[in-house]
Amino acid sequence: MRHERILLEHGSGGLLSHELITEVFLPLLRNPHLERLEDSAVLTVGERSICFTTDSYVIDPLFFPGGDIGSLAVHGTVNDLAVCGGRPLFISAGFIIEEGLPLEDLRRITLSMAEAARKAGVAVVTGDTKVVARGAADGLFINTSGIGLVEYPHPLSVKSIEAGDAVIVSGTVGDHGAAVLSRRRELGVISEVLSDSAPLNGLIAAILAASPRVHCMRDPTRGGLGAILAEIAKQSGRLIEIREKDVPVREEVRGICEILGFDPLFLANEGKVVVFCHPGDADRVLEVMRGHEYGREAALIGSVGERERGRLVLRTVIGSSREVDLPVGELVPRIC
Amino acid sequence: MKYIDEYRRPELVQGLLAAVGAKAAEIGREVTIMEICGTHTHAIGKYGLRRVLPANLRLISGPGCPVCVTSIGDVDAALHLAGLPGVIFATFGDMLRVPGTGGESLTGLRAAGADIRVISSAGDAVRFAAENPDRQVVLMGIGFETTAPTVAAAVLRAKQRGLENFCVFSVHKTVPKVIEALLADPELNIDGFICPGHVSVITGTEAYRVIPEAGRAAVITGFEPVDIAEGILMILHQIASGKFDVAIQYSRGVKEWGNARAREVMAEVFEPGDADWRGLGVISGSGLCIRREFAEFDALRRFDLPAPASAEVRGCSCGEVLRGVLTPPQCRLFLKACTPANPLGPCMVSGEGTCAAYYKYERDPG
Repeated sequence: MRHERILLEHGSGGLLSHELITEVFLPLLRNPHLERLEDSAVLTVGERSICFTTDSYVIDPLFFPGGDIGSLAVHGTVNDLAVCGGRPLFISAGFIIEEGLPLEDLRRITLSMAEAARKAGVAVVTGDTKVVARGAADGLFINTSGIGLVEYPHPLSVKSIEAGDAVIVSGTVGDHGAAVLSRRRELGVISEVLSDSAPLNGLIAAILAASPRVHCMRDPTRGGLGAILAEIAKQSGRLIEIREKDVPVREEVRGICEILGFDPLFLANEGKVVVFCHPGDADRVLEVMRGHEYGREAALIGSVGERERGRLVLRTVIGSSREVDLPVGELVPRIC
Repeated sequence: MKYIDEYRRPELVQGLLAAVGAKAAEIGREVTIMEICGTHTHAIGKYGLRRVLPANLRLISGPGCPVCVTSIGDVDAALHLAGLPGVIFATFGDMLRVPGTGGESLTGLRAAGADIRVISSAGDAVRFAAENPDRQVVLMGIGFETTAPTVAAAVLRAKQRGLENFCVFSVHKTVPKVIEALLADPELNIDGFICPGHVSVITGTEAYRVIPEAGRAAVITGFEPVDIAEGILMILHQIASGKFDVAIQYSRGVKEWGNARAREVMAEVFEPGDADWRGLGVISGSGLCIRREFAEFDALRRFDLPAPASAEVRGCSCGEVLRGVLTPPQCRLFLKACTPANPLGPCMVSGEGTCAAYYKYERDPG
């Protein structure tokens, strides 16, 4: 590790997060399940395969356009299970509450969790509550873990990606990041963008039912589509090529990005999945996705190249190309 | 998106690039064009423009990233101020990761407990001062003519509101003087300048008069691919014809006379002073110091700064990169010891920096 203290950037989902995991956590906690570094661990219990995941939510503000920390905490864990081929069944909820949080806020958030769980078809079956002194947390943090049943016959993993695979994204990118940014008062941006926070298990079940040749799926959350694809390129050792003009981005999100100097490719999503599948199944997968409420704007954005390069290459709008790497630094506005 | 998409249309860019190719062939010899502004460097990288330009056309990057040209001494001073007990240090985000002598940065200080806050406009710092009357708020005033008026306006607002706990550490710099220095640099042979779009909104064309006077081309250019391709074409036209002038490609943003009101605000609070530029040294009259009438808002007068003991990182070529003498891959630290995750020099740290742009965009995509 190059830093003696944890920096905010270690939590950015970029290069330093990657280092923290591979240089601190993985060596000390190493086992074959953890080593895969996928969104969920896939475990064998008796005859069955289950997947198991955990995630913590520390979003600011607690309520944002299109969602809140409660629904987000359910969707995030449901989606991490679903992209590993799991049918989400049960989740846990741990609350770390700062002294002084209005009870009404906690009620609204819990109600929103209940609603999200009902819609996703999962039950919150266990939980925990801790209250800490003012200043020791910021309002409310939530941790959720989840268990799902794996029924897809093939392993969904970066290791399964093949040359020629189609790369499909389920809709517009950057909505969640833009919605949250637009509510940070210091940025003073007013927009109507809603977070895309949504449970993807229904959409993903439909994709898996439609194609027996899905190789890998990921939900591009923190770090956005750019970071997740760069990471997959590294982990798989493949060359991934995407076309900038084919990546769907909402007008308002592009507007916010232009003003604040962000790239939608690196803004967070909470209701999108990126799918790697055999090119022969791409049309079928796209059709199924577009028929689903959370996949209407699905698009084929690129493919996996022949050469094993471990790199992500972006074909730019003007027809040139450049490499895209894991983002470095916090997302901060430019100064000129 | 209207007003932006039309400046990214591939067929327009390709048409302009074909004309650039023809003009460059007509000129024949190698042509060197400097983009002064870091935003141009990034746009050129982001769209992959360098890879589609004719072989005899060389684009070099100049000293247009405010963070990058901030001297190591000023970085150390900022770190000192930010670490003082009771201080709220307000800064634009790009400064956070810049290492001072010994490698410490604002991010590191913040992790160790200093109250360092990232702002998106200078007014945020005035608000911090109003909200925290028992704390001292120091705003790091950094940037060229684009940000200096906003910092000046913040000082005026603080004075109007009688905020005694607000001050500015000004390392602001202005563009015209540094261009003179570049023109006088015997190591550089620049045929034309892509002049910064945003700075020119404030300065107008006057700031660049010295360029055509020295027999070089100057075109104030926007930041979209169509703008940059057209700006380059206009520069080549001036070179081919031998008729030099300050032309405006970015006419939707820049007027010949600039923004007089912004310049007035800037001149009310700041006066020209010497500034130490990384890579270029002290350039007389190229900095903006706080006028005596506003002395109470000057961090340099409010706080004692320790005697300078600053030292550049050994082997770092940021100085040469900032003058366009070297490109980042020619620095022996680039991609080896110096990467965005572990930046040694400011050109790798700042989002606007040339080395960061080369790291992010200009590696061979194969």
